[in-house]
Amino acid sequence: MAVTLDQTIAQKQHTFLSRLFSTQTFWVVIAVILACIFLSFATDAFATSKNLYNITRNVTFVAIVALGMTFVIITGGIDLSVGSVLCLSSMVLAVTMHAGYSIEIGILASIATALAIGAFNGIFIAYLGFPPFVVTLGMLSIARSLAMVASNNTVVFQFGPDHQKLLALGGGAWVFGIANPVLYMIILALITGFILRWTKFGRHIFAIGGNEHAATLTGVPVKQIKVAVYMISALSAGIAGIIQTGWLGAVTTNLGNGMELQVIAATVIGGADLAGGVGTAFGAIVGAALIEVIRNSLGLLGINAFWQGTFIGGAILLAVLFDRIRNFRRSD
Amino acid sequence: MRQGMGRQWLVAVLELTNISKHFGAIQAVNDVSLSIEPGQVVGLMGDNGAGKSTLVKMIAGNFHPSHGTMRMDDKELILNKPAEARQHGIEIVHQDLALCNNLTAAANVYLGRELRRGVGPFRILDYAAMYKRAGQLFAELKSETRPRDLVKQMSGGQRQAVAIARTMLSQAKIVLMDEPTAAISVRQVAEVLNLIRHLRDQGIAVVLISHRMPDVFDVADRVIVMRRGRKVADKAIASSSPEEVTGLITGAIEQVS
Repeated sequence: MAVTLDQTIAQKQHTFLSRLFSTQTFWVVIAVILACIFLSFATDAFATSKNLYNITRNVTFVAIVALGMTFVIITGGIDLSVGSVLCLSSMVLAVTMHAGYSIEIGILASIATALAIGAFNGIFIAYLGFPPFVVTLGMLSIARSLAMVASNNTVVFQFGPDHQKLLALGGGAWVFGIANPVLYMIILALITGFILRWTKFGRHIFAIGGNEHAATLTGVPVKQIKVAVYMISALSAGIAGIIQTGWLGAVTTNLGNGMELQVIAATVIGGADLAGGVGTAFGAIVGAALIEVIRNSLGLLGINAFWQGTFIGGAILLAVLFDRIRNFRRSD
Repeated sequence: MRQGMGRQWLVAVLELTNISKHFGAIQAVNDVSLSIEPGQVVGLMGDNGAGKSTLVKMIAGNFHPSHGTMRMDDKELILNKPAEARQHGIEIVHQDLALCNNLTAAANVYLGRELRRGVGPFRILDYAAMYKRAGQLFAELKSETRPRDLVKQMSGGQRQAVAIARTMLSQAKIVLMDEPTAAISVRQVAEVLNLIRHLRDQGIAVVLISHRMPDVFDVADRVIVMRRGRKVADKAIASSSPEEVTGLITGAIEQVS
């Protein structure tokens, strides 16, 4: 035998480059870079620091929620309630602070609300066997309605004694002039990436998405993990809601309306598979970035904003098409 | 004649006494007693509904017996869930292998008992150690499986090797294999039978549930035949024949002692 054991153990299926080229995420990154280069030459407004600041900040809200959604999608589930949960968390924060409580209590109440909703979703899905689509569709309706109840469907724009702190939290730029939301996004992405790659929990999430039955048979605590991923998803929506409240300086009950579709689009464009078992933190960010660049560029190029949906939908189909083509080639 | 000479005085690794299991009015397993010795391959045969799976599921901790006792290494064995069976050294290779296609071979081997390194709550997956140990297990099994390969790109025989390597992680005493050769090619069947012999050579008892007569006669030391919940035969392979076993399975032969 010419091959030693160590060589077998070290044997990788792909070299670094071939693996890179075979990921959907890589091609989406290329698409984003090419689009940025094209736009820098085609328009005067794109490569200005103000526009780039806007883009990066706009990406963050979808991206942060997409990070949480990635956990759910890797397990093979889906969370349609994130837009409404974002709204409800914002509203809980706004109403609590408006009533005169401090920002800490507001944030605590807001996070607790998000976690409770995530736990509710997760328990219905994992322990009562409801389809994720149905449970979270119900929650999409419930959470927004609760936000309306909490605020009596008014706009809240006065946040009590800690008003300025909240605006600074979401709207400031504390480090090197990078918008705060962008910093939060980067930190959360690093945490997400770490969990997915380096923890037992992350490994089990992938196992559940790959073969839930096998995960159960091998002793993976499938039910608990499912509850946890829906809590993480709701938590990410809650965090995005808090940051967005600080950035906007006002909360209305249609905040985050339709956001679930953008978030799911971002994760799918970034390479996550709705059938489960595949997804990355980086992919979620890149997917969100591509959507925002498309949106921004249509505006700058003077294309009617009504075309936005067509272009974003096209990007979803194109990204998945690439994946299909690679799979066809592999199965030959 | 391995059974007749001396080997019968070995302490049985697993001993079932008067085990019965009924689901409501249905008597799935009826008064079955048997013992399994270390390093023995036992073929468990029978038609669909003969009670093989129910019997195996009791040993695997999925079901409680309605009557009877199980003893392991001369101590009473009571199992409440599959994880407890595993703690006692009972490992199962499921018919569908229970593999995740999206994970690597090593990740599948360690699924549910991942190795980690670090201190206290700050512990991360120990990829290097898992690749290394999985590689050693595949080498021991004389399998070409490589630890970093994704399971979805593997042949049936390689997939079997991954599922069997899983049983070798801890000190297994008994490996229950449910139809391991049902869905793979002829060449791969030989590969799997070799894996079974390898487990036997390490002193592990193997219970092979199979419909395939040639496989059982090729690799097993003993054959147990079940029909309608009862054990109708339990004898050394050398003193039986495929014709006799077929007769026992179908009921053409009532019972042999």
